[in-house]
Amino acid sequence: MDNATLIAIASIVTAGLTIALGSIGPALGEGRAVATALSSLAQQPDAATTITRTLFVGLAMIESIAIYCFVVSMILIFANPFWTHFVAEAAGK
Amino acid sequence: MRLSPDEMILWRDGFFKLNATIVYTWALMFALTVGSTLVTRNLSLGLARSRWQNLLEIIVAGIAKQIEDVGLRHPKKYLGFLGTLFLFVASANLCTIIPGYEPPTGSLSTTAALALCVLVAVPLFGIEEQGIGEYLKTYTEPTIIMLPFNIISELSRTLALAVRLFGNMMSGTMILAILLTITPFVFPIVMSALGLLTGMVQAYIFTILAAVYIAAATRGREPRTETDTPMDS
Repeated sequence: MDNATLIAIASIVTAGLTIALGSIGPALGEGRAVATALSSLAQQPDAATTITRTLFVGLAMIESIAIYCFVVSMILIFANPFWTHFVAEAAGK
Repeated sequence: MRLSPDEMILWRDGFFKLNATIVYTWALMFALTVGSTLVTRNLSLGLARSRWQNLLEIIVAGIAKQIEDVGLRHPKKYLGFLGTLFLFVASANLCTIIPGYEPPTGSLSTTAALALCVLVAVPLFGIEEQGIGEYLKTYTEPTIIMLPFNIISELSRTLALAVRLFGNMMSGTMILAILLTITPFVFPIVMSALGLLTGMVQAYIFTILAAVYIAAATRGREPRTETDTPMDS
């Protein structure tokens, strides 16, 4: 295997692993957050607006962790700096 | 596949490039400015108002109320900055429904610029409220050991603010592009509706987080209660 194949394999496998492992935590966290918000909504329907607002902000914060993983995997696939460097070097030869 | 509208270059002259991000940003700014100028040209104090004036009043009053809910006591003072952030991000995200439009918030340059504005504005508001000595002292609280961590948190939350907005908008367009190649009929519509919702929520969160940071910087040395500890990412 030459270097290009190695870089390609490493990037693709890492991109998949990043999004797969990185979405486990936020998924569990979002589930917990929504479950707690639902039970507190059932207990206190008066505070619905506050709970919903805080829930949305919190969900987006939790989700942003998964989004970071997504950004990293997208960079690995579509804008990989090592791959670009290698291609530029191969073109220079 | 393009990651951001930065790579769509429309015009180039030596060092200067005109990419889609700049064009759409200026188009949005133009639309917002001209639109609000046209609406506010004939303002009326009475009950008979034009419908556009009603719309703008609802938006402005709503933003002011949200800012006040976060804990800033004089929302009028911060309305200019936070309201501009919200209106720009929200309109940039909502206009994705127009065909051929690329959201400028889907480029890391735009979101980094917005986050840098927040990074600069937070200490400015804090200093204005408390004076420079008092504000700088908040960095050494609770002890002097926390000084580097406070500075790091200031920088890392700016990075998080930029990457969060960029990632959400970029993932929206990216998922849409991927779905179009797999199931070109119904699913992209559902996903773009979801994209509009995420865009709105992200605009809201960007503004609320900026408001929370400003509230934390201006609150100063008053004793903090358990309920209003600032959210941090």
